[in-house]
Amino acid sequence: MTLFAKAAMAAFVGLAAHGVAQADVKVAFIDPLSGPFGPSGTGAYTSYVLAFEHLNANGGMNGEKVELTGYDNKVSPKESLVQLQKAIDSGARFIIQGNGSSVAAAIIDAVNKHNERNPGDEVVFLNYAAVTPAFTNEACSFWHFRFDAHADMKMNAITDWLIKRDDIKKVYLIGQDYVFGKAVAEAAVKQLGEKKESVEIVGNELHPLGKVKDFTPYIQKIQASGADAVITGNWGQDMVLLVKAAGDSGLKIPFLTFYGGSLGAVSTLGDAAIGTLYQVSEGITNLEASDAQYALIEEYKERFPEYDYYYHRAFEAVDMLKAASEKAGSNDPVAIAKALEGLTVEGAYGPVTMRASDHQAQQNLYVSTVAKDVKYTVDNTDKGWKLVENGKIDAAAAEEPTTCEMVRP
Amino acid sequence: METIVFSLLNGMIYGLLLFMLSSGLTLIFSMMGILNFAHASFYMLGAYFAYTIMGVTNFWLALFLAPVLAGGVGMLVERWGLRRVHVNGHVAELLFTFGLAYLIDEVVRIIWGRNAVNYKVPEALDFTLFTLYGSNYPAYRIFILFVAVFMLVSLWYLLKRTRIGLIIQAALTHPHMVGHLGHNVPLVFMSVFGAGCALAGLAGVIGGNYFITDPAMAVQMGPIVFVVVVVGGLGSLEGAFLAAMLIGILQTSAVSINASFSDIFGFLGLTASSELGRITVAQLAPTLPFLLLVLVLIARPRGLMGEREV
Repeated sequence: MTLFAKAAMAAFVGLAAHGVAQADVKVAFIDPLSGPFGPSGTGAYTSYVLAFEHLNANGGMNGEKVELTGYDNKVSPKESLVQLQKAIDSGARFIIQGNGSSVAAAIIDAVNKHNERNPGDEVVFLNYAAVTPAFTNEACSFWHFRFDAHADMKMNAITDWLIKRDDIKKVYLIGQDYVFGKAVAEAAVKQLGEKKESVEIVGNELHPLGKVKDFTPYIQKIQASGADAVITGNWGQDMVLLVKAAGDSGLKIPFLTFYGGSLGAVSTLGDAAIGTLYQVSEGITNLEASDAQYALIEEYKERFPEYDYYYHRAFEAVDMLKAASEKAGSNDPVAIAKALEGLTVEGAYGPVTMRASDHQAQQNLYVSTVAKDVKYTVDNTDKGWKLVENGKIDAAAAEEPTTCEMVRP
Repeated sequence: METIVFSLLNGMIYGLLLFMLSSGLTLIFSMMGILNFAHASFYMLGAYFAYTIMGVTNFWLALFLAPVLAGGVGMLVERWGLRRVHVNGHVAELLFTFGLAYLIDEVVRIIWGRNAVNYKVPEALDFTLFTLYGSNYPAYRIFILFVAVFMLVSLWYLLKRTRIGLIIQAALTHPHMVGHLGHNVPLVFMSVFGAGCALAGLAGVIGGNYFITDPAMAVQMGPIVFVVVVVGGLGSLEGAFLAAMLIGILQTSAVSINASFSDIFGFLGLTASSELGRITVAQLAPTLPFLLLVLVLIARPRGLMGEREV
């Protein structure tokens, strides 16, 4: 027993020493790496792994290497704060998180407090997927940067597409019961009311986050309501199981989603996905792009065959981080945060600008649907995402005003 | 009308799955008196075994082999683990099975990965059986219904109508007497534990592809199985059946109710704009089984058809 304890101690010390000695810039990735939302977190984590590898191979940040560490938070705000403290204690100055606005809200709050109490030791939060509009509006923070379009922006793209379809008269809203799901429903009700009053909202439903195993009762409610289309912000397992139940019940109406690209949704639906599953995102692999981008997509698939190149914004975020460090001439988090404001980088699918007034990335959005005969397929099926007609929304058109009153240090 | 029909149909199938899962625990928990916290882990093992076996051969072989394997693991656990721990009382058992649940969780993660595996409904059963009010009804759900009912009837027959059942029941309540009569009681215990685990495994085989097969499935199913056993009453197979159906139908129909708290308790002055008033019955659906558990423990501690108090 004592021998074991000694061995464990030695291993632990060795591990710790190893951790301290290596990298110069430490980045912590705090997201679900197991459980119902494990695929969402892991898909993003692998994207960051590859992005930082490329960054390190190309000279790192001002010559310093970046070390990325993953922390599993199980989508729990409480767990995330523990992991955040662990990350900060181990020297991380850049925090990456995305899955779950409830988690992001907790991290923003904790980062704000930490930075206020520890001047000279600031951390910056890079949010790649928590899209509750409040984070770049009334609850905005200088330390928070969002690389994904927020719920109102995505909803704008969806409703713009929807009002052009005259056959859609009744819409059903279904979402996860937490701050993000509520924000999505609110945005849909508001925008549909403004844009096309004749569209009737026949259902507005919230279900528990990550707990529902069988969506059939919900699907039957949708069928009974006579809806022509469904709008949902669901992601991860909630997205996959929702469309699985729809497929099983033979519900063949458009599902307008934020995260239809969640791992497994297309393979679950099979051919039924064609023309029924839609998503709005900052880029899809089947857009015209440079050879370098194609090479990146292929390298990603080769390295992580279980996943598909989906988190384009992870690569954008890393590009912006590098550009900001060069602009600032330093890897100090405060200097980088200041340099990120108003910064523009040329992305694979159009320029990305970090708006200074609220730290919301402005970029083109693309509405896509599932189709066969595409260059890059997903979920190891024969289908992939394809741009719909007039599916490109320019950054300027996707832009939304902000109420943020930024307080800068 | 169609809402009621669908709620009943879906609730019944969910209830039957719950029953398959909890009938094993009824055997183990209420008859043998072993607090098996790892029961849902055998459900998970059943699903993963079936996924692997299906990958090599076919679903029908998996339907038979996976529960046998899960039962085999259960017997090993009883023979080399629980039997030694048993002499130290309930707390030791509880801790042992609690630890076992974590162990199985981790082993599953190591072998099959941390994310859901693509365990699909077999093609032979992947079709629409009938259309009801414009909604397709997959054949696989009816298949679940048949498997569950078949299992219920055979289990009931085995326990209540055969000599083996007689010995099992006697061994569980009067182990010393049965031992003196020349029966191998430890073997009976091992077999009953194994059979309980095999039933959980069977539920995993047919539930794994109906729902989702991931390492979290045990943790998510664990609590609700105990609810079924306690609400149904300790030691009662019929009670477990009733409770499972009740919970299944309750939870499924609650989803289709749009009424909010303010509609129900409006007369108390609760408004639709308040935080509490906005909550709908549908949102509460997942908590209903636990509410039922609390109510049963208060009003009728021995459960619906239990033979003794919890």
